[in-house]
Amino acid sequence: MEAVNLTFDCRDGVLTAAIAGEIDHHTARPLRDAIDGEVIRRRPKVLVLALKDVSFMDSSGLGLMLGRFTRMQSLGGQMKIADPTPEVMKILRLAGFDKKIVWFSTEKGGVNA
Amino acid sequence: MKKKEVQALRLEFDGISENEAFSRQVISLFAASLDPTLEEISDLRVVISEAVTNCVVHAYKNKGGKIKIHARIFDDRTMKIKIQDFGCGIADIEKCMEPLYTTDPSGERGGMGFAIMQAMSRKFRVTSRPGIGTTLYIEFKFA
Ligand SMILES: Nc1ncnc2c1ncn2[C@@H]1O[C@H](COP(=O)(O)OP(=O)(O)O)[C@@H](O)[C@H]1O
Ligand SMILES: [Mg+2]
Repeated sequence: MEAVNLTFDCRDGVLTAAIAGEIDHHTARPLRDAIDGEVIRRRPKVLVLALKDVSFMDSSGLGLMLGRFTRMQSLGGQMKIADPTPEVMKILRLAGFDKKIVWFSTEKGGVNA
Repeated sequence: MKKKEVQALRLEFDGISENEAFSRQVISLFAASLDPTLEEISDLRVVISEAVTNCVVHAYKNKGGKIKIHARIFDDRTMKIKIQDFGCGIADIEKCMEPLYTTDPSGERGGMGFAIMQAMSRKFRVTSRPGIGTTLYIEFKFA
């Protein structure tokens, strides 16, 4: 069984990375490498981390987000978070990331929400 | 009246990243007898993961080393967990507990581990000696 799974979807300059499974220090590195590689290939304006199917996340996930956030900024783009679970949202709030990083629900509003 | 210990668990394992998931799974299984809420079990898993990851990444610099966990459940529905490493230790604990403080040079760590462990537990205490190792004492209360 894979601890974590990643699928990409790219359209209209928006690269969506859907993460399913557990984000911890062990899985953060392969996730980072795969996402950064795809960003280099696709050069999106917006990177969306879709977190609906994340079953576990600790502060290594915050590190992963912060790293991609600064990287997208330095490439002149943006990073957003979609559909965090209540558990993930609790960690984002504790870190104050809910104010720093744009997050939204695809169910309610789409990319511009 | 003094509370009574009803269950205890001792774990000793290698501080490698594969064991981060293993350790939080074992502790959440251990807590199952308390019939915890989803939020309680989620907080417990996060705290164990933070603690063990710190041993792997900081204490042992990703080179491995012994981690010991002693978890105890008491009849007042509290759980006390001691997590011990024998790594580099921490010189300035107060500084390390500050939110967003990290000594990791990669830019891939949030520096939020201690803040999260404190927020998600009822009691949290750190003792450490440089060159000897670090011990965390964490307490949870279940509804
Ligand atoms: N077990 C440990 N052994 C040695 N140093 C530690 C340990 N745990 C934490 N630290 C130190 O405390 C700092 C803050 O830890 P933490 O809040 O978990 O953030 P992060 O892990 O993201 O760096 C670490 O960067 C490290 O310097
Ligand atoms: Mg940490």
